[in-house]
Amino acid sequence: MDFVSFLIQVLNSLQYGLLLFLVASGLTLVFGIMGIINLAHGSFYMVGAYLAFALTSLTGNLMLAIALGLPLAFVFGAILEWALFSHLYKRDHLEQVLLTYGLILIFEELRSLAVGDEVHGVTIPELFSASIPLSDNLSYPVYRLVISVVCLALAGGLYWLIQKTRLGMMIRAGSHDRDMVKALGIDINLLYRTVFALGVALAALAGMLAAPISSVYPGMGSSVLIISFVIVVIGGVGSVWGALVAALVIGFADTFGKVLLPDLAGLMVYLVMAVVLLWRPEGIFKKA
Amino acid sequence: MNSRTTTFLKLAALAGVLAFPAFGSEFYAELIAKVLILAIFAMSLDLLVGFTGLVSFGHAAYFGIAAYAVALLTPKYDPASLWLALPASVLAAAVAAFLIGLFVLRTKGIYFIMVTLAFAQMAYYVFHDTPVGGGSDGIYLNFKPDAAIAGWAPFDLNEPHHLYYFVVGAMLFVYALLKLVLRSPFGRVLVGIRSNEHRMLSLGYATFRYKLAAFTLAGGLAGLAGFLYAVLFGFVTPEYLSWHKSGDVLLMVILGGMGNLVGAIAGAVALVGLQEIFTGLTKHWQLLMGLTIVAAVLFMPGGMAATPARILARINGGKTNE
Repeated sequence: MDFVSFLIQVLNSLQYGLLLFLVASGLTLVFGIMGIINLAHGSFYMVGAYLAFALTSLTGNLMLAIALGLPLAFVFGAILEWALFSHLYKRDHLEQVLLTYGLILIFEELRSLAVGDEVHGVTIPELFSASIPLSDNLSYPVYRLVISVVCLALAGGLYWLIQKTRLGMMIRAGSHDRDMVKALGIDINLLYRTVFALGVALAALAGMLAAPISSVYPGMGSSVLIISFVIVVIGGVGSVWGALVAALVIGFADTFGKVLLPDLAGLMVYLVMAVVLLWRPEGIFKKA
Repeated sequence: MNSRTTTFLKLAALAGVLAFPAFGSEFYAELIAKVLILAIFAMSLDLLVGFTGLVSFGHAAYFGIAAYAVALLTPKYDPASLWLALPASVLAAAVAAFLIGLFVLRTKGIYFIMVTLAFAQMAYYVFHDTPVGGGSDGIYLNFKPDAAIAGWAPFDLNEPHHLYYFVVGAMLFVYALLKLVLRSPFGRVLVGIRSNEHRMLSLGYATFRYKLAAFTLAGGLAGLAGFLYAVLFGFVTPEYLSWHKSGDVLLMVILGGMGNLVGAIAGAVALVGLQEIFTGLTKHWQLLMGLTIVAAVLFMPGGMAATPARILARINGGKTNE
């Protein structure tokens, strides 16, 4: 592999890993703070992608679609938390698995009823549709760089939110000792609702950003969900930074796996997970 | 319900199943055979979920590995010997469960759920992406295994009735085996692990080994179910290992009520029954399935097995409160 194609693969790995981070960060926050295992998280990614498709068809521009879709996703998350997930906090993991498994079936069928089962494409906004030439015959699409930059900015924003704001303080406190947080007079229900809606919005945003490069198709949520699980396991449940590191590791493992060992590409991610588990059964950044 | 009525109901159900081929149609006989196979699958998972407290979300892996084992062991133009293919398939599933168990049993709780799922996905991709098992199309099992021993055949699995009773026998065997296992000291240790693993450790039990043994046994029995499923339907696809299959079997265990072998069987009956009804109603039957699952979790904690007791408790409780 020459330098230019190596560089392209590195950029692809970064872009894929950072996109996965958006999905996994919400998953790990909901795990860490509310103790909920949410199988339907992949569906939010799918919902985001379809929102991008529907709203782009309506408005004619992906960026406008994202601006409209993001608040929609946030509100959708808040409503879902209120209607369903708030009943799950005191249940065991098994019932959480079951209910959210049921939700996946519901979301997939509603999607099928609403938009059908065809594969759809979403056009890249004209502003970012160019490619940067890297050599005589290889170039790199600007849009993929934009995704990486947006995701990095969001990771930075998430860091600021969690480490520097009052809400972040409550989130960190809630993940350590929820009863104490409640005793201090913080509205834990509101906190949970906000965190959940934030997770939904992040997953949906990942779906919206990915829509032009991956296209929009049935079942797209499942594969992302399982990869996100692997990331959460590798990074350590509840650790957002663990999720960032693990997402990048998976991004590289998957991308380079596909290039170097195409026959074993599907396995690569799980092999990485097996190795990490042997080394640290509770993830790289295990929380105390 | 007292124990005499439940025993009576169990025997009545068994008599119905045994007598069915005499008067029922072939279509429904095959459906019952499918339910019985899934009941084996559900009971094997219940050993982990209900009795040992290990929520495995990757149980379909062992089901599918055994199904692929029998398909791959069958030569292209000849049947394989039942007495070779059956133990080999079950063994393949048990060995896979043992190896995966070495990894996944190092984790607990949420991690365990996710890691079992991830390993099952790994097995799924082995069959889906590599040419080993015909890729995403799967493979046909053109010949059902041959039961002949040195030229003499006690039964013939190509006969639908023989296959039906073979499945019934396998289900009864698994039920009896698990009953015995659970009654043995080994089974008591498993139940002890579910209620308090630390205590079992302090009592001097090497709980990891017990859990690994249970995981391997459950994998092997899931393999038996996968073997029978492949033989009954005559083809194998990677979908047998998919996480939907793992979700479905978990659903059967929970619908029926965990830690209750008859409950696991009832869960298999309920799930297949619901699927049959819903697929008859609409193309979008999964929507109805999803709604049923959500409603069951919200309104029926403890599964079907616990529901009569809960209703009684509510009636009695209501009386005493007022």
